[in-house]
Amino acid sequence: MNRASLFWIAAAIVLALLPPVASALAQPFYIDLVRRVMILAIAATSLNLILGYGGMVSFGHAAYLGIGAYAVGILAFYGVTNGWAQWAVAIGASALVAAAIGAISLRTSGLYFIMITLAFTQMLYYLGLSLDAFGGDDGMRLKARSRFPALDLADPVQSYYVALVLMLLAVFLVHRIVNSRFGMALRAAKSNDARTRALGISPYPYRLVAFVIAGALCGLAGALYANHANYIAPSYMSWIQSGDLMFMVILGGMASRAGPVLGAFALLLVEEVLKGWTEHWQAILGPLLVLSVIFFRRGLAGIFYKPDA
Amino acid sequence: MPVALIFEQLLNGLQYGVMLFLMAAGLTLVLGIMNMVNLAHGSLYMLGAYFAVAATQWTGSYAAGVLAGFAGALLVGMLVEVIALRALYERDHLDQVLATFGLILFFNELVSMVWGRGSLYASIPKWLQGHVQLFGGSTYPVYRLAVLAVGLAVALVLWYVVQRTRVGMLVRAGASNRAMVAALGVNIRLLYTFVFGFGAALAGLAGLMAGPIYAVQPGMGDLILIQVLVVIVIGGIGSIRGALVGAVIVGVVDTLGRAFLKPLLATMISAPAAEAAGPALASMLIYLLMAAVLALKPAGLFQGR
Repeated sequence: MNRASLFWIAAAIVLALLPPVASALAQPFYIDLVRRVMILAIAATSLNLILGYGGMVSFGHAAYLGIGAYAVGILAFYGVTNGWAQWAVAIGASALVAAAIGAISLRTSGLYFIMITLAFTQMLYYLGLSLDAFGGDDGMRLKARSRFPALDLADPVQSYYVALVLMLLAVFLVHRIVNSRFGMALRAAKSNDARTRALGISPYPYRLVAFVIAGALCGLAGALYANHANYIAPSYMSWIQSGDLMFMVILGGMASRAGPVLGAFALLLVEEVLKGWTEHWQAILGPLLVLSVIFFRRGLAGIFYKPDA
Repeated sequence: MPVALIFEQLLNGLQYGVMLFLMAAGLTLVLGIMNMVNLAHGSLYMLGAYFAVAATQWTGSYAAGVLAGFAGALLVGMLVEVIALRALYERDHLDQVLATFGLILFFNELVSMVWGRGSLYASIPKWLQGHVQLFGGSTYPVYRLAVLAVGLAVALVLWYVVQRTRVGMLVRAGASNRAMVAALGVNIRLLYTFVFGFGAALAGLAGLMAGPIYAVQPGMGDLILIQVLVVIVIGGIGSIRGALVGAVIVGVVDTLGRAFLKPLLATMISAPAAEAAGPALASMLIYLLMAAVLALKPAGLFQGR
């Protein structure tokens, strides 16, 4: 067995053991915290597909987190609580919006791409702010959580395991994608656009499909997040959230399987520790992030193994 | 719709446009010459406003406030450049975006630690208070006209410096080929720090002038920063002319959209629908504009780099 699969088995066991241990120690707070981390790890994993493997620096990935969450919230508002239907809409709507945004944005590259993805997400953010029927800038409580047979997402432990399973599946899915023929083409286009074209592969459709897959996966994370928080708010789509997702990927290590998950845990746990110390935790987190960008170039995953691509 | 009202909003749009230009000029120079994205430019705007308010309250003199806002932003800008940003010039845009994003978190929190989370009141000196008569009996604040005048004056000075002086020549040369300029014996490091400090001071100037018009509060630089990025992208990265044109377009479109989109929509669709859609569409307008520009001209109106 190689080191990577050992790592994942160990991680899955530790995470699976957390709820009983936390319950036994009467610390349910940690179940909530780690569940949130795992959901955002799914979002970061989806971003890694385009940012790490595809070289597309999207500064607006939080858009799909918001779309997924709003899909669940709005459907629940109108009485549709069937989980399958809600999550399908969350994923489908995110994919559609990603297709539209990607189709335009991918015509540009470099800095322009960063800015235009940011701009589109700002548009959706302001749209969320103005949706007074759904809480406007305050956001809105879910009327009910997504309903699945034999599953109660209002139960913290059950929803914890749902998040855990989906996170592992997301990591596996992205791993399979980047090692397929499709993923090879995507990574080739990242490392050398001209040579990829010379091989007879036009990068644009590959990039666009990857962009849509990443959006759809992040939409799933959004649906989970709405259920986790029992709340939807425009702040899910804020540029700060987009920046946080990017940080998770970079901190963990771009284009590595474990990177986004490690990054999500590192960033959010450090945040939590700092919040425990002082209300001005961002004054410490900011410089830490700057230092990590300047000095910690390969990310956390680079400690364990060499990132591919 | 009364013509005077449209004219007044047009002036507001121009005034906002020159403010955006003051921000965009520094940012686009840094981008064009150093190929560096500095999101913390919005923080320098915020610091300019805070320094000015603090100095004015402390000394009671508006001139002291202006000086503090201008010089303070300049100093902080140069300090940040030397401490943090120099290490990032050779990195890709992603690292630059992330590191300067970290700086934003730091400065926003720092300001709220020193001055609190609430908004501060920025006063206007007596000689800039009051209104002038526009045609049709409407009035317009003197202060906003002064902002407009200062912005235009700075644009002129900037044009002169960049096009007609030796430093400006080096700046333009640095923008087209850094390595060559360095090989010709120019201290490009020093030039970088100079340009960066100059851009920071302009951001501080924009911030201290914005103080009395908008709220002076932590995070006040974030929204304008994103709009300035829109300006730069529309105008073409690295082009000062593009920054001016982009700033005026964005300023006017944003202001007119906020003022007139709702009544305009109400004439086409039902009033409640317009009530809901108007503000949303107004805040999305400049982003739509940017998407349209990029879809047609992927490198901006003035073909930046």
